[in-house]
Parts: sequence; structure tokens; C-alpha cells
Amino acid sequence: MNAVRKQRLILVLLLLAGVGLAVALMLFALRENINHYFSPAQMAAGEAPVGQRMRGGGLVVPGSVERDTESLKVSFRISDGAGEVTVRYEGILPDLFVEGSGVVALGKLSNDGVFEASEVLAKHDENYMPPEVQKAIDDAHPKSGYSKPAAQTTAQSELRSLQDGS
Amino acid sequence: MNWTFFHKLGSPKWFYDISGKWLPWLQVSSLVLILVALVWGLAFTPPDYLQGNSYRIIFIHVPASFLAQAVYMMMATAAAVTLIWKIKLADMALKVMAPIGASFCILSLATGAIWGQPTWGTWWVWDARLTSMLILLFLYIGIIALRGAIHTTEAAAKACAILSLVGVVNIPIIKFSVDWWNTLHQGATLKLTEKPSMAPEMLWPLLLAILGFYLFFTLVMVLRLRIEILSRERKTRWVKELVS
Repeated sequence: MNAVRKQRLILVLLLLAGVGLAVALMLFALRENINHYFSPAQMAAGEAPVGQRMRGGGLVVPGSVERDTESLKVSFRISDGAGEVTVRYEGILPDLFVEGSGVVALGKLSNDGVFEASEVLAKHDENYMPPEVQKAIDDAHPKSGYSKPAAQTTAQSELRSLQDGS
Repeated sequence: MNWTFFHKLGSPKWFYDISGKWLPWLQVSSLVLILVALVWGLAFTPPDYLQGNSYRIIFIHVPASFLAQAVYMMMATAAAVTLIWKIKLADMALKVMAPIGASFCILSLATGAIWGQPTWGTWWVWDARLTSMLILLFLYIGIIALRGAIHTTEAAAKACAILSLVGVVNIPIIKFSVDWWNTLHQGATLKLTEKPSMAPEMLWPLLLAILGFYLFFTLVMVLRLRIEILSRERKTRWVKELVS
């Protein structure tokens, strides 16, 4: 490689490094705003600001879903294993909203510590399998109440030990 | 190190001659692979335990997303070669790849939205993965528009190469967005270091579809590049002899 080309190679590398650094610094500075997310544990511990729009997510606690018979109002509890928070929502829940599976909710935390959601989305995990396989797993591990089968997350096992203790 | 092979590789005439021999192979293999993978994936694999049949869009969504990112990486490589070695063929490749990459990107965003509606409950969410993918589409459109806005070939080549290189910073952001931020989009199902979290009877048609999409991309890219070579080299003797 001759000297001119080597110089241009160095310039290209410098360009990449410079742009990379600039974007990394920008994302680092904006990290709070890109994803205004609080876990149920943070909300329960009072670390989340009250009345500010934010995202919260966790697993729906089995047996906690209460539907209003007159309207579309629904309330349920979400947990990340370390803490729980009640979510109130009015509207149609997505098809994949299942007790024990993950949801992401957008809304505000009210003064009494309830998360008032304006949007509830079902979070899907990266596991794909046929129904027979899921049935086999269910038979092998009877009724955990959670729909997520393979690779039980630590949050789930922690939550189960919490429930067993109570 | 001897770089003559590299410059020979960059000769438009040499590429035109050799790529003509690849075309029938590419046509047959991409057609067969995509047909087999899609028929297998859409009709013969079992449904998912949770999503039922709606997960089947994965056989188009995942290959399209892979290609949207891979084509951009190839464009960035071509951009570096254009800037450092001033090889014309690299710039031609950069030019013809941009619309193909943009098409895969649109396909990925559209299939993702169609899947997101029944699964998540929304067509679109300003999630880190979805947003960075949309930025990738804007980069593709920007590169195509920049080429169209500059009339001299050399100036356009340089400007597009620089823009392509600047935009490559978005690729690791797309890849790692699901790990760095708490996104609605799930994590990677196919991982390089771990076992894929997908049943084998669903995984095989997916891998075949990805391979088929790569071959299809190569076919379309070679076809477009051959036309680009003829149009840019139209004043040379070999092209004049070829068309007469």
C-alpha cells in the first residue's frame, strides 16, 4: 500500500472513530430520556417521579387481574421479582396479555402508588416452540402459573420463592 | 504485500466477464432455496405455543432484517474501498446496493408492524430497535438522494462514500439496542455464541430462508452492477464491441 493510500486509510479510520465517539457520548448523555423506564421495584420504593409520563414493565402476577364487569377497566399487578406495583388501565388488552407473561405499560404514577396506564403492550420473548413442546414442559414442571417456559428468568424464580414464603 | 490481485478484482471488464457465468447458478439456487424455505416455513412447520400462526411472518421478517443490515455493512466496506483505493467498481457497487438495501429495510419494517399489531397490540412503538431501524431506512434514502443531487460522478462517489461510512455507526446500535435498553422488541433468537432459542423444526426453514435471501440479494446486485458497468464504461472499446 503506498503512502497516499495509507494516509487515506488512516483518515477513514479517524472518521469512523470520531463519529463513533460522538454518537456514544450523545447516547450516554441522553440515556435517561431515550428510555424513560422504571421497574416495579423502583416504583414501589418511591424512586420513580410521581405524575410524570414513563414506561414501566414486568411480569403480570398470576391471579392479580381484576376486570370491571361494567366497563373496560382492568387492574393487575406487575412484578420484577424485587417489587410489585398495581397497574390500572381502561381499554382493550392485547391478545398475548397472559397472566405470568411480560407487559410494557406507558403511563403515570399516581400519588397513591398506582401506575395509571394509558397503553399496555404485551412483550414477547425470543423463545419459539410448537405447542406439544410447551405441553411437555408443563407436564414436567407442573403449574408454575407462568407462561414463559424455557430458561426461567431469575425474576420469575425469585418471585416464586417470594410467593412460597408468604 | 502485493496488491495487484486487488486491482484486477476492481476491473469492470473482468467483473462483467466473470459475473456472467455466476448468473444461472444464482438464479436457480436463490429461487429453489426461497421456495423451499417459505413453503416449509409457512405451511409445514408447527404453530407457536403462544402466538399460534402469526409467528410465521418470522420467515420473511428475520431474513429481510438481516439483509437490511448486511447490505449496509457491504456498502460501508465499498465506501472505504472507494475512498482509499479509488476503485470505480466499488463506487458502482455502492450505488446499485443502496436501493436493494432500502427495499429490505422497508420489508423488515412493514412485516414487523404487521406482526406487532396482533402480538404487542400496536403497529408501531418508539422503541430503540424500531427507531434505529427507521434511521437505517433514512440513511439508505439519504444516500440515494445524495447521489441524485450531485451531477459529477467523482464528487457523488466521494460524498456518498463519506455518508455511508458515517452511517455505519448505526449498525451496532441496531444490533445491541435490545441488550442496551429495555425495549419492547425481544432479544435475538439466533445468537452466534449460544444455542438458538427456537425449536429445530422452526429453525431449519428460517436458516434456509436467510441463505435464500442472501443469494437473491447477490443475484439482484450482480444484475444491477452489470447494467451499471455497461452504462458507465459505454465509451470504452470493449463495451462498444460487446454491444455492436
